[in-house]
Amino acid sequence: MTSDAIISIRNLSKTYENGHQALKSVELDVQRGEILALLGPNGAGKTTLISTICGLVRPSTGTITVDGFDTIKQFRKTREIIGLVPQELTLSVFDKVRDTVAFSRGLFGKPPAPAYIDKLLDDLSLHDKKDAMLMTLSGGMKRRVLIAKALSHEPSILFLDEPTAGVDVELRKDMWKLVDGLRQSGVTIILTTHYIEEAEEIADRVGVINNGELLLVEEKRTLMQKLGKKRLMVELAESVTTIPASLQKYGLSLEMDGRTLVYTYRAGEGKPTGITRLLSDISESGLHLQDVKTTESSLEDIFVDLVRSPEHQ
Amino acid sequence: MNIQAIRVIFLNEMRRTRNSILQSVASPVISTALYFIVFGAAIGSRIQSIEGVSYGVFIVPGLMMLSLLTQSISNAAFGIFFPKFNGTIYEVMSAPISFVEIVIGYVGASATKSLIIGTIILITASFFVDLRIEHPIWMVTFFVLTCISFSLFGFIIGLWADNFEKLQLIPLLIITPLVFLGGSFYSVDMLPAFWQKVTLFNPVLYLISGFRWSFFEVSDVSVGLSLAMILSFLAACMTLVWFMFKTGYKLRS
Repeated sequence: MTSDAIISIRNLSKTYENGHQALKSVELDVQRGEILALLGPNGAGKTTLISTICGLVRPSTGTITVDGFDTIKQFRKTREIIGLVPQELTLSVFDKVRDTVAFSRGLFGKPPAPAYIDKLLDDLSLHDKKDAMLMTLSGGMKRRVLIAKALSHEPSILFLDEPTAGVDVELRKDMWKLVDGLRQSGVTIILTTHYIEEAEEIADRVGVINNGELLLVEEKRTLMQKLGKKRLMVELAESVTTIPASLQKYGLSLEMDGRTLVYTYRAGEGKPTGITRLLSDISESGLHLQDVKTTESSLEDIFVDLVRSPEHQ
Repeated sequence: MNIQAIRVIFLNEMRRTRNSILQSVASPVISTALYFIVFGAAIGSRIQSIEGVSYGVFIVPGLMMLSLLTQSISNAAFGIFFPKFNGTIYEVMSAPISFVEIVIGYVGASATKSLIIGTIILITASFFVDLRIEHPIWMVTFFVLTCISFSLFGFIIGLWADNFEKLQLIPLLIITPLVFLGGSFYSVDMLPAFWQKVTLFNPVLYLISGFRWSFFEVSDVSVGLSLAMILSFLAACMTLVWFMFKTGYKLRS
């Protein structure tokens, strides 16, 4: 375990009784106070991974330590500092909001604290729903109640399993604000998501998981620099049918009916991009420039490239 | 020990009972009153006393057992089945709780509810017949042990069941016939010799017999044997629950 890792996972594998191998030798350190986003397609193993850390799934091999404690041998120590917001809206619909949150707090061994629960519900914009039955709440409200339940025992690690799945834009932004607020207060957050935009917006580091394998875990910015590509689009004054021989070495492609030359290059790391030379070679080849613009690949492009690459299939 | 967790599970289950007070308490009381009217007053008036105890009084311990067994099983089974069914069990399974604490919370609440119902039935019965309890301590012992052990059994059914049909299957097809055939409404001596021997294989006979002895000092089998049977059943249920949690049976994949 590295010195500031709050969660440390070593050689973690999980094979279900039906033979499906959901996790394959996963190694991961989650740093204290960070927001880690786990990206992956459906069935990649994201939920199995967090369920194993939370004690809902038994690992087939490997060890997990949380704050230095083993999740199986010292489960009380590890579970009391973890909060989990599940993917499904699993609530007992006949309970009242206040009661269900107080129930969660008690389950995690904390004495009743009505004032804290009131504040928590206020912070989650549930102030006028405290005594409402859960069955009367909208989906978005139920999602907030699940977050309140997960935070009811003041955990220092919060797992959010697809927190914004099926949530409208406004609530999604509210969630991001909430996550940011929790991070400010020192809570370590691990979230799984389909939405690359979400990871791009709030995560410090991104882990990509596919077919039970953790393909990589990187700082978000490093990842985009390392794997991200930039495209320089050079709009020409007249369209061309072929790329001049003098420009072949740049690996250009022609788009927009021959009006645009596209140059793809890796950004960052202080390496020369070759743009200056390309532009001067274009002028020398007799072509006239109309406009120039660049676009950067998103985390989504990087993710798609990663999970589709043959070595990770 | 996570006392807070036990407290909230217990209170949550008791709140569920309060929210469905008609179904939980009024229903067993009304059905017991009906039994008294039909068996005690209408039919019982034409049946001679059994071993010196009038028929209406004789059936009180059997009727209490009938309600205690069915209520303990259904309360505890539903108590753990419902969170499994709606998915909220994830919270209990990811909390810092041992299986002992989970069992104390759920089974304790179910047994408490059965004790309340049993007491209400006893009070209801006292309005219909002139009751006497010869051995109150033994009566309470059997009363409490039955509520706990059959709540544990119901808890096992709730863990095992993965649909509503299974939840009803054992109480309906096994427990109710065993209670009716275990001497709730008659003494085993009233049966032909062959059926007397068959009845000895019915574990519920020993419960009803011991419980009835604590009321009237009248029993089909010895009170020691009755106590041994209920303790053995309790031990078997505890072992099975321990095994289910140890293997994560239908709770952890």
